[in-house]
Amino acid sequence: MDWVNTILQGVLLGGLYALFAAGLSLIFGVMRLVNVAHGDLIVLAAYLALVVTGTLGLDPLAALAVVVPLMALLGYLLQRLLLNRTLGDDLLPPLLVTFGLSVIIQNALLEIFSADSRRLQAGPLEVASLTLPGGLAVGVLPLLQFFLAVLVIAGLQLLFYRTPLGRAFRATSDDPAVARLMGLDNRHVFALAMALSLAVVAVAGVLLAVRSNFDPAIGPARLIFGFEAVIIGGLGSLWGTLVGGVLLGVAQSVGAKLDPGWQILAGHLLFLLVLAIRPEGLFPKVRG
Amino acid sequence: MPDRSCPLLEVEGLDAYYGDFQALFGVSLTVAAGEVVAVIGANGAGKSTLLKTIAGMMPARLPASVRLEGEAIGGLPANHIVRRGIALVPEGRRLFPSLTVEENLLIGGHLGRSGRWTLDAVYDVFPALAQRRHVPSTALSGGQQQMAAIGRALMSNPRLLLCDELSLGLAPIMVREIYSRLPEIAAEGTAIVLVEQDVNQALAASDRVHCLREGRIVLEGNARSLTRDAITAAYFGV
Repeated sequence: MDWVNTILQGVLLGGLYALFAAGLSLIFGVMRLVNVAHGDLIVLAAYLALVVTGTLGLDPLAALAVVVPLMALLGYLLQRLLLNRTLGDDLLPPLLVTFGLSVIIQNALLEIFSADSRRLQAGPLEVASLTLPGGLAVGVLPLLQFFLAVLVIAGLQLLFYRTPLGRAFRATSDDPAVARLMGLDNRHVFALAMALSLAVVAVAGVLLAVRSNFDPAIGPARLIFGFEAVIIGGLGSLWGTLVGGVLLGVAQSVGAKLDPGWQILAGHLLFLLVLAIRPEGLFPKVRG
Repeated sequence: MPDRSCPLLEVEGLDAYYGDFQALFGVSLTVAAGEVVAVIGANGAGKSTLLKTIAGMMPARLPASVRLEGEAIGGLPANHIVRRGIALVPEGRRLFPSLTVEENLLIGGHLGRSGRWTLDAVYDVFPALAQRRHVPSTALSGGQQQMAAIGRALMSNPRLLLCDELSLGLAPIMVREIYSRLPEIAAEGTAIVLVEQDVNQALAASDRVHCLREGRIVLEGNARSLTRDAITAAYFGV
């Protein structure tokens, strides 16, 4: 039963990793941009939630209503004013610029909030739990987080395959030049994609902040977890990303169960294993 | 401002460049509303470049070198030009591979310009597409892909339809099938500019014809009255 519990906790943690990954994979899918600042943007969203809960007295989940639109707006402006200028045939400029952005965000957060570890308080919700048959206990908060993650991924899936905006994303991703012939303004489409990505980042940031301590320096590790989930799941597939996140979460919690020092290592080992055996990921969808 | 007394499209003294290479030299042509104009020429003569520059896929340096009803549109980006009513069927069709046939058509119409062309109208002209509306565009035959590419362009309800090499890579029977639908499209007042290497096809389908050679217009005339010898001489420069 102990092991079932470990795996269950890993699955729930995996939902969060899938959220880290979804925003990353969305941006790469639409505009072939690898956002190295993704993890730091997650941490930025966590601090934003800290400020919002502190000043408005909202509880963390209600703070989403403020943090999500703010981060989306930031994403739109970031893409429109900065990142669009880096896009072209060369993959390197966006990598360098987002790397610089990562350094700037980390240091700005350090300057404003210091290096102290912070945490968002969710009140009684934090310790509430459900007892499952067999004597397993599941925290309500992790469960809620997992369902939120599934909901976000299902929403993205619907948006991509059932709405005019999703059509515009896919068309622009396929052939930007012809998409313009259809009247789509690529700069605007890319900015909307980044807005959407940072809206997902906002959800991930708030959930992260409730779940564990955070400080300005933890962004890059979140980026790595996001990358690993994307690669394990296979590029371009949202449900694959969820599976990738869950597998990574399970590997980490199984590793931690064997030896508390092995948590992160076990995740990386799974990632390397998938890279070695199935480098295209478990559910690949990207062509050429 | 649009001026209805001007010809629909006027191209005047248009130059185009790929980097340092000049592909068009002072090209001029006019297209009236509802007219079908063919542009013929050998490979590399600048036919596709001409269409791409009109549609905004390539920059025109002088705004006034391309005018739509008197309004200078040269150098505007493609997404602004399609709003004004010029649609391009690009060479090689270039459907969006991750979209279904119907999604390709819908994205062509997403600007919501009003007019005759709707999904149903396109399916009426190309019934083969109606049966395959929900398959990925990559699953269509070459001819059906060309129909979908024309339909996608029509969905923006253009006043001017630019068609780049409709016959490219298609079986002759499919080429005839596609060309047989053009009168129906032009009948609604949509002007068409056809770029073709297939001279016979172009002459049969058009009112007027222009021949391009090495980036210059070397012959212009009525598609019915030009002699075969004159066209051959202009085409090959002999």
